[in-house]
Amino acid sequence: MKYIDEFRDGRLAQGLAARIRQEVNPERGYALMEFCGGHTHAICRYGIEDLLPSNVRLIHGPGCPVCVLPSGRLQAVIELAERERVILCSYGDLLRVPGAQGDTLLQAKARGVDVRMVYSVSDALDIARAHPDQPVVFFAIGFETTTPPTAVAILHAKAEGLHNFSAYCNHVLTPPALRAILATHHTAESPAPIQLDGCIGPAHVSTIIGSDPYQFVATEYHRPLVIAGFEPLDVLQAILLLIRQVNAGEARIENEYTRAVSPEGNRKAQSIVAEVFTLRPSFEWRGLGELPNSALTIRPEYAEWDTERRFIVPVVATTDHKACACAEVLRGVKRPEQCKVFATVCTPDHPLGSCMVSAEGACAAHYHYGRFRTPSPGVSA
Amino acid sequence: MIPSRKLFTRKLDFIHGSVELSHGGGGRAMAQLIEEVFLTAFDNEWLRTQDDCAQFNVPAGRLVMATDSHVVSPLFFPGGDIGCLSVHGTINDVAMAGAQPLYLAASFILEEGFPLADLQRIVDSMAQAARQAGVPIVTGDTKVVERGKGDGVFITTTGVGVVPPGVNISASRAQPGDAILLSGSLGDHGMAVMAQRENLSFDAPIVSDTAALHGLVATMVAVAPELHCLRDPTRGGLGSALNEIAQQSGVGMRLHEAAIPVHEPVRALCEFLGLDPLYVANEGKLLAICPAECADPLLAVMRAHSLGQEAAIIGSVVTDAHGFVEMETVFGGRRLVDWLSGEQLPRIC
Ligand code: SF4
Repeated sequence: MKYIDEFRDGRLAQGLAARIRQEVNPERGYALMEFCGGHTHAICRYGIEDLLPSNVRLIHGPGCPVCVLPSGRLQAVIELAERERVILCSYGDLLRVPGAQGDTLLQAKARGVDVRMVYSVSDALDIARAHPDQPVVFFAIGFETTTPPTAVAILHAKAEGLHNFSAYCNHVLTPPALRAILATHHTAESPAPIQLDGCIGPAHVSTIIGSDPYQFVATEYHRPLVIAGFEPLDVLQAILLLIRQVNAGEARIENEYTRAVSPEGNRKAQSIVAEVFTLRPSFEWRGLGELPNSALTIRPEYAEWDTERRFIVPVVATTDHKACACAEVLRGVKRPEQCKVFATVCTPDHPLGSCMVSAEGACAAHYHYGRFRTPSPGVSA
Repeated sequence: MIPSRKLFTRKLDFIHGSVELSHGGGGRAMAQLIEEVFLTAFDNEWLRTQDDCAQFNVPAGRLVMATDSHVVSPLFFPGGDIGCLSVHGTINDVAMAGAQPLYLAASFILEEGFPLADLQRIVDSMAQAARQAGVPIVTGDTKVVERGKGDGVFITTTGVGVVPPGVNISASRAQPGDAILLSGSLGDHGMAVMAQRENLSFDAPIVSDTAALHGLVATMVAVAPELHCLRDPTRGGLGSALNEIAQQSGVGMRLHEAAIPVHEPVRALCEFLGLDPLYVANEGKLLAICPAECADPLLAVMRAHSLGQEAAIIGSVVTDAHGFVEMETVFGGRRLVDWLSGEQLPRIC
C-alpha cells in the first residue's frame, strides 16, 4: 500500500500545481470535465480545486452509475422483489437510493424484502447456490468496469446449471454518454454555447475498453481527452496535460494512466462481455435522457439468467422534480450550488435529483466535501 | 462464594447446552443460570447479597451516569468480543465527563438456543474487563426471547462515576483557539469487525482497539483540569464526534489530515471498500479539546500512557458561523468533514 502514497504525495502535488500556474494563459479560461465519479470523488476528497488557478474550472460529469440509473428501474425491481419473494443482491451504494416512489432498498429490507448487500457478483452466485429453491436476482449496475464480472457470473451460472440466478442488467457505456454531452456543447443551435475545453477520461473503464474508443472526442469534436488514474496526482497531471494541449491548439487522446491502460484495452474481458451482452437500442439516463446504443442487455441465448426476461419487470417512466437542475449540472451549465434547491430541499438524505444520490455525484460531492466554499444562509454544517 | 444450597441436581452443560426460554422464566432454571454463569464470573460483595439492587456509598462530587446497549455482529472479533466491549463502552462514556467510573450494571437479552459455551465466554470476558478496569458489575438482569426474536445476545450496561472537583467537561465548551487532540489511530475497531463479518482476510488481521480509557482520562485531568471536551469517537467515528461538538459549542474546526494517525491495514481496507476512516468506529480512542496552552503538556501525558502512545494534535477550534469542520488534506487542498448521512456503505467502483 506504500504504492498508493506515492500518488498522494503533497510535495509532488505542489510541484505540479506550480507548473500548472506557470503554464496557464491568464487571458483565457479552461473548462475541463472529468467524466468519472471516481475522479469527482478524488477532486473533492483531496481539495484539488484549491491547488488550481481561478481560471481553471472543473465540471463534474455523469460518470456515476448509481446517479444515472432512472428511479423507475429501481422502483420496478423493488416491486418485483416484493411480488416474487426473490432474494435481491445489490452493491452497497445502491441501498439508499430512492426509487420512483421514494422507496429505497433499505426501506424495502426493513419491510421484510430479502435484500442482501454484496461486495461482488460472486457473492450473489454463492447466495444462489445456498438457496436453490429461491430466485436470486443480482442488481447488475455500472460502466464497463463492472460488466465483465457480471458476464462471467452468467457464464458460470449457465455452466453450473444454476437456474435460480438471474441478473437485472443496468450496465451502461461510457462513450455514448460522453458523445451526448459533447454534442450539446458542439451544436450551433445550443441556446447558450457552453465552454468545454477538454475531458479527463475514465481510469478503470479504460483499462477494459482501452483508449481507442475515445478517438471521436478528438476527431469529431476537436477536444483533447486525457485518460487518468483515480489518484489525486493522476488528476493533477491530467489537468496539466490538457492545459498544454489547449494552449497548443491541439486535440489528441492522451494516456496519463499508462500503468494500466493500453490503446486496445483488455481484449479477453471485451470478448467475454460480447459473448453475454449486446447493445440496447436505447436507454434512459437519469439527467441525460434517452441515449441511443448507450447500454447493454443480456443476449437471448442467456435469457434464462436475464431478470427482465424471466420476470415481468414493468418500468414506470419517471421525471425528475421540476426544480432539479441536474441536466444543466451534468453539462457544466450550472454549478451544483447554483441549483435553487441545493442543500436546502435537495440533500444526500433526501435527494431530488440524480447528482445528489451517490457520494460520487456532482452535487453530493460538492455537498459532502466542498459546501464550505460557497456558504449561504441556508447552507451550514 | 454462594453457599451451595443443592438446589440444582445437575450442573449446566457448558459444552452442548444452550439458552432455553425457562432460563428467563423467573424459576429455578433462571436461578441456576444466574448463579453458575453470572455470579460465578462477576463475583463481588454486592452480588453476593443477591438483592434486586446494589447499595453502595459514593464519594463527594458530581455523580455521572451513562448507559449503552451493545449489539454487534459478529459477537467475537479480533481483539475482543461483545462482552469486553460492553464494559469498555460504558466505562468510557462515564470517563468522558472526566469522571472516575465506580460501578456497572449489566442487563442481558438472550435468544433461545444461544450456546451456553458462547455465553460463558462472553461473560468471562466481561468479568475480566471489569476486573482489569477496577469497576465491578454490581447488579444485573436477564431476559430470554424466543428463537428468531434476537441476535444471540444483546447487552446493556449502565455505569456511574464521580467527577473530581474543579473539572467541568462538556461537548458544549469548545472555544475558538482551543487545540484538538486525538489519542491514537482511527478505525481499528470498525474495520476489525467488518473484516471479520465479511470474511475479508489479510496477512495481519486488523485488531479492535477496544479498551477502557478512564486511566488515560485520569492522567489527563490531573495535568489539565481545565480540559473543555472529551469524546470517544465510537459509532460515526471522528467525523461525527467533531460535528456534534462543533454544533453543541457553536464553533467550527480546522483539521490537518497529515496529523491524523491511521494504521496502514485499516487505510488499505477502507480504500478497498471505499470507506472513509474518519467515519469508522473506534472503541479505545478519545479526542480532547483544551485551551491551546494546555495542548503540549496534555499531549506529553497522553503519549506517556499505554493507550495514548500515538496521540497527536490534529487541529484547532475556530469561529465559524456555519459550524463547518474543515480539513487540510495531505494534498494541500481543503475539504469538508461532513456529518455522515446514514451508515457508511461500500462503493462499487
Ligand atoms: S441540487 Fe439536487 S436538484 Fe439541484 S441539480 Fe443537484 S441533484 Fe439536481
